[in-house]
Amino acid sequence: MKALAARRHHRFAPVVLLLLALLVTGGVYAVLAPGQARADSASTQDIETGKKLFQANCATCHGLDAQGTDNAPSLIGVGAAAVDFQVSTGRMPMAMDGPQAQTKPRQMTEEQTSQLAAYIASLGAGPAIPTDEQVDGSKGNPANGAEIFRTNCAMCHNATGQGGALSEGKYAPSLERTSARNIYQAMLTGPQSMPVFNDANITPDEKRDVIAYLEAQREGSAGGATLGSLGPVSEGVWAWVVGLGLLIGAAVWIGAKSS
Amino acid sequence: MSKTTDVTVPHPEGDLEHFQDPGIPEHRHRMADTDPKADKRAERQVVVLFTISVIGTIVALWAYFAIRPDGTTAGVRTSTMVLGLAIFFALAGIGVGAIHWAKTLMSDHEVVEDRHATRSPDDVREIAVQKLADGIKDSGIGRRGVLKGVVVSALALFPLTIAVPLISSVGGDWNVGTFRTTLWKKGTRLTYDPTGRPIKASDVTIGSAVHVIPEVTDEYRQSGEWISEKAKALVLMVRLDPRDFKPFAKGKENWTYDGIIAFSKICTHVGCPVALYEQQTHHLLCPCHQSTFDVADGAKVVFGPAKRPLPQLPITVDSEGYLVAQDGFDEPIGPSYWERLR
Repeated sequence: MKALAARRHHRFAPVVLLLLALLVTGGVYAVLAPGQARADSASTQDIETGKKLFQANCATCHGLDAQGTDNAPSLIGVGAAAVDFQVSTGRMPMAMDGPQAQTKPRQMTEEQTSQLAAYIASLGAGPAIPTDEQVDGSKGNPANGAEIFRTNCAMCHNATGQGGALSEGKYAPSLERTSARNIYQAMLTGPQSMPVFNDANITPDEKRDVIAYLEAQREGSAGGATLGSLGPVSEGVWAWVVGLGLLIGAAVWIGAKSS
Repeated sequence: MSKTTDVTVPHPEGDLEHFQDPGIPEHRHRMADTDPKADKRAERQVVVLFTISVIGTIVALWAYFAIRPDGTTAGVRTSTMVLGLAIFFALAGIGVGAIHWAKTLMSDHEVVEDRHATRSPDDVREIAVQKLADGIKDSGIGRRGVLKGVVVSALALFPLTIAVPLISSVGGDWNVGTFRTTLWKKGTRLTYDPTGRPIKASDVTIGSAVHVIPEVTDEYRQSGEWISEKAKALVLMVRLDPRDFKPFAKGKENWTYDGIIAFSKICTHVGCPVALYEQQTHHLLCPCHQSTFDVADGAKVVFGPAKRPLPQLPITVDSEGYLVAQDGFDEPIGPSYWERLR
């Protein structure tokens, strides 16, 4: 160490240090960087692994070759986007039968998901997983997104994306915590009860505007606490029960004799 | 009033017909009246409450200058919240303080004030009648008939300035005939709502739900008429596997195109936009009263208060492959009204 310390003023010392720093940064990045888990760069090996994963986890309902059974639809031609949506939100593999598959902690890692997606995509052409650019809300126009959302989405998902009830126990989920990629994929593939909004109906730019609108809603309301943004029900309960209750309490206190 | 002295019902607990006025209950002293410590404590509480009000006012003034809304949602929220809470404490401190003061420290002795008779004494009544008679005599309304006439006319006519505009604006347009027709007619192209792009049949994939408006010129879109015509002409179009359709009603066999089917979006119950489409069950749900229509079965009502299926828009494609209406709706859209079938 002494020898090293003695040379710290050497004129090549900065260069050596810089090279060392670059090497360390590059090495750490290479180890920690997320893998490019995208179906379009899928190798045949990914497809093979995906097929094995499918047969182990999905084939009971969707059939050995994803051709569908009485219990579950065919997955041929649904595309990588549908697989990524269903598996990354934890909806699939389904835990139990019910009115609809619900989100839960994801069962498959990112790598397994992309292998599954690669396998399903290899069975027939379908929508691909959107790129990061396509789902970047900061590049979208939230005002235009609001108009698209109001016409196409608000009737089920509520005007600010808080979700709402459908028939027989089904429901449109809240979009408050849904990732931009999943929002895009849901529009593209129409999971479960949700209809498909393909690129002719809502163009990719408009989909990004919708994401921008939904992300703008996450800042909350300028008016204060929102009571869940559920409309007249929660606000009415608050006004009639809490508001009137406080008024009645105040009237009783004013009228009561002091002890 | 009426005398009931002759009715006497013996009762074990005594005379129920008559009872003694119990008077006001015995005065009970408050703690602050008897205990000097409690009195001091109450005074301190009032002081604290009014001090809270003073602090609230100072915070409100400080917040007004120091926490300006910076244009962001969070900034507006913080500014409004701090101002609102400060003003609340400024006012509540005064209100609660004043009532607490009155309840604990001010005199609480019960006082009885007898009601005086409603009828004025006779001499006062005579003076009042005399004054009215003098006034009428002085105005000369009995002698000058024309004056009486104009005064009555002016007073009677004035309310018309308020009544006529109010009544004539009730209901706006009374021409119910406009409910019978929409912008849809033979050859009108179907376009996406809200952009107005025409729809190619090949672009509608199975499972899609498309919100549709009729194609109009840009000038018409700018006119005031568009918004009310759009409200009537809204259409929800879906595509399902043609094998999922139940047999079509007579005369409607060719109203769809390759699994694409279009219905009026206005509920036949009270006119809400029916747009919650569940693509797996093909059910269309109205958000207002949960009327449910089966798209695969001619929008038949399967649940809820609606009485009629949604009117179907007959569609086909033109030579360029764009979806067009074969004709307008064959019945008035939306809820029932008296003259609907006439």
